[in-house]
Amino acid sequence: MSTTVKYVERDLKVVGTRPLRPDGVDKVTGRARYGADYNLPGQLVGLVLRSPHAHARIKSIDVTAAEKLPGVKAVVTRDDFPDMPVEYAAAGELTINFRDVTRNMMAREKVLYDGHPVAAVAATSESIARKALKLMKVEYEVLGHVIDVRDAMKADAPVLHEDQFTVGVEPKPTKPSNVAKRLVFGCGDIEAGFKKADLVIEREFNTKPVHQGYIEPQACLANYTEDGQVELWTASQGHFTLRAQCAKVLAIEVSKIRVIPTELGGGFGGKNNIYNEPLAIALSRKSNRPVKMVMTRGEVFRATGPTSGAQVKVKMGCTKDGRIVAGEAELNYQAGAFAGSSVPMASMCTFTRYDLENVRVVGHDITVNRPKVAAYRAPGAPIAVFAVETIIDEMAEKLGLDPIDMRLKNAAKEGTQTYYGPKLGAIGYIDTLKKAKEHPHLTAPLGPNQGRGIATGFWFNIGNETSTTLNVNEDGTVTLMIGTIDVAGGSRAAFAQMVAEELGIPYDKVRPVVGDTSALGFNFVTAGSRGTFATGMAAVICARQAIDKLRERAAAAWKVPVDGVIWENGFAKPASSNVGDFEPMSIAQIAKTAGRTGGTIAGHAEINAQGAGPGFGTHIVDVEVDRQTGAVKILRYTVIQDTGKAIHPAYVEGQFQGGAVQGIGWALNEEYIYNKDGRLENPGFLDYRVPVASDVPMIDTVIVEVPNPNHPYGVRGIGEVPIIPPMAAIANAIYDAVGIRMQEQPMSPPKILKALETAAKH
Amino acid sequence: MARIVLASNLNPFAGGTTELTLEVDDVYRLFQALAARFPALEPHLEHEVAVAIDGEIYQDVLFQPIGPDSEVILIQKIAGG
Repeated sequence: MSTTVKYVERDLKVVGTRPLRPDGVDKVTGRARYGADYNLPGQLVGLVLRSPHAHARIKSIDVTAAEKLPGVKAVVTRDDFPDMPVEYAAAGELTINFRDVTRNMMAREKVLYDGHPVAAVAATSESIARKALKLMKVEYEVLGHVIDVRDAMKADAPVLHEDQFTVGVEPKPTKPSNVAKRLVFGCGDIEAGFKKADLVIEREFNTKPVHQGYIEPQACLANYTEDGQVELWTASQGHFTLRAQCAKVLAIEVSKIRVIPTELGGGFGGKNNIYNEPLAIALSRKSNRPVKMVMTRGEVFRATGPTSGAQVKVKMGCTKDGRIVAGEAELNYQAGAFAGSSVPMASMCTFTRYDLENVRVVGHDITVNRPKVAAYRAPGAPIAVFAVETIIDEMAEKLGLDPIDMRLKNAAKEGTQTYYGPKLGAIGYIDTLKKAKEHPHLTAPLGPNQGRGIATGFWFNIGNETSTTLNVNEDGTVTLMIGTIDVAGGSRAAFAQMVAEELGIPYDKVRPVVGDTSALGFNFVTAGSRGTFATGMAAVICARQAIDKLRERAAAAWKVPVDGVIWENGFAKPASSNVGDFEPMSIAQIAKTAGRTGGTIAGHAEINAQGAGPGFGTHIVDVEVDRQTGAVKILRYTVIQDTGKAIHPAYVEGQFQGGAVQGIGWALNEEYIYNKDGRLENPGFLDYRVPVASDVPMIDTVIVEVPNPNHPYGVRGIGEVPIIPPMAAIANAIYDAVGIRMQEQPMSPPKILKALETAAKH
Repeated sequence: MARIVLASNLNPFAGGTTELTLEVDDVYRLFQALAARFPALEPHLEHEVAVAIDGEIYQDVLFQPIGPDSEVILIQKIAGG
């Protein structure tokens, strides 16, 4: 069964305020402990030997010299891990296939990208470990490689997987292909739709893979003891799913692995899956010593998941009055070395801000010789939306319409039938557009070479499996144990606020703690913008259970039926004067004697939360283009988004701002650069340029609150939507500034200059 | 009988079928019935499919009730970063 706790409007005292986050002091003083901050006596240093080739068959691996080096305590290769059959599991972005997972963490038959792990060593020092890596001999048969998604689709492209035949094509292909899957979504009659159009625009857009750019590289510490028990400290977005994945690839029982989550220095979708964790456990098992593995930034870039790069072709038609009558798209998304890109979700997001009768979206999931992609905030959506929102801007311009009015004319609302299946429930898209229209940003003056752009975004949001426990301590304070990682967004504060609101006690009387995998039932990853929605719902259930027990204890003390006791502002009170004249009992009073009146008062929720409300946002950006250098400066940026309810508005604003800044980096600067041999040439933050504080203005935010009816406080997920519109909004602003339509990302100075030169020639 | 609609991305695994009626009272039985009728769809049901029952989307909820007059739309499962 699923769980949904319905929204009820009421006066709020704690929810909606801006208290300090429980993890704030530790973080600003440097005391917070991240993955690399944990150590154990006698620990070894683990390092990974990585492929120097983009694509090669492994003919042999000889590690005997490395194993003999003094100080080396263990070496592992493919032979130390069981091969896995095709078996799927959920892991943040869609599903993972364990046959691929085991080959991604340690190459087996072939290496499939520059940086693919081939062996790992544990030694008493880093220098010894590095020497050991140099002593390992790997014989490769180098194969042809393919980096670009367009090249990978060609008939003569090098094929990564000889056993990969395109799924979703009838009849089943007889030749293996880099196209792992073909999906088709749609509704209506696309041809008939285009026949009704007065204006048809068709464009192709190309984007590069970009990294999530989290500040903290992957880090873990594993301790495998002689009795087969494993402790693992690691920074991830989901310690329960990491435990499940490690158990599977190492053939260890789940109960024998305890994963202790550390503070997380950013994930954004990139820390849902295992990389070094099973290697560290295997090395610890072999050496009988704890093993610590910390990736370098170079390893993060070379071997952990970026999001897809893509080729996107979009054709749209509308009538003279701006009504969109047909939308067609082909999305060709890189999956990296193994199948499983975000193209299914991107396909469903492409047009889902608009109420369209005729839609057809074809998606292709394509393997290339790059690291396997991972989720990245609203996986895949920003790429497809870049194309669609740019075309809508062009349509509005050609028709002489205001770009917001054009969107309002076509906007999705409650009851809109989506082309991927269901009808939309209560949503706030139109509200965000109207707020944009009223915002002073929209009428602020612009100077020469300055322009303004608008774009919008949609994300589904999810709920899923969640376990939470609440204990009322003997002094009436409360400990809330949660199992979803606070991915630095401040969710612990939001959970404490909801519990404090329910119990009627001050915020600082609730201490939220992220429990390890032995403390709670299973929790799905913090992804899909589910944390505050699902764990918030679970925390409310826990609090309401505790309230029922508090009322029971008061009723027993007063010898009245429990229905005669209400809970109000942190006190048990008689429901009416008919119940009797009793002095209200505080939570502290009831908790003080709880041990002698029935035991600890607690609440538990082990739920599968459903009913996540979709999120919509509208962005406005002003840019200035330097015609001499091609540099684009962000002058002003405004994010307007429906949150359902902002439990902690400051942290909601932080999500809006963070997503927008990541989107700005994606739009303007970020790209992987591979050389002709398929080796990554910019695996570091000096050459892979993410925005820093001085690159962006203060991002203005407007919170719209259209409550999600399926959450007790009306919460919608908020973390995904803010990264969707920036690329398109900035492209539209660049056009407004200097009259060039950018269809390639990043919109970096060389590309802007080239586009300006091309425009000048015509 | 519940009205079952397969979103367009699932049609290829169901011989092009877009819609059918089935006598099922929960998602578990729905998946069983669909797997029996469309073997090519079976591998996709466990990990790739969510359902919208009378407009509400559900994921990983095998025992979610389906009413006799319900409309159930099978859609691509949703995740995120």
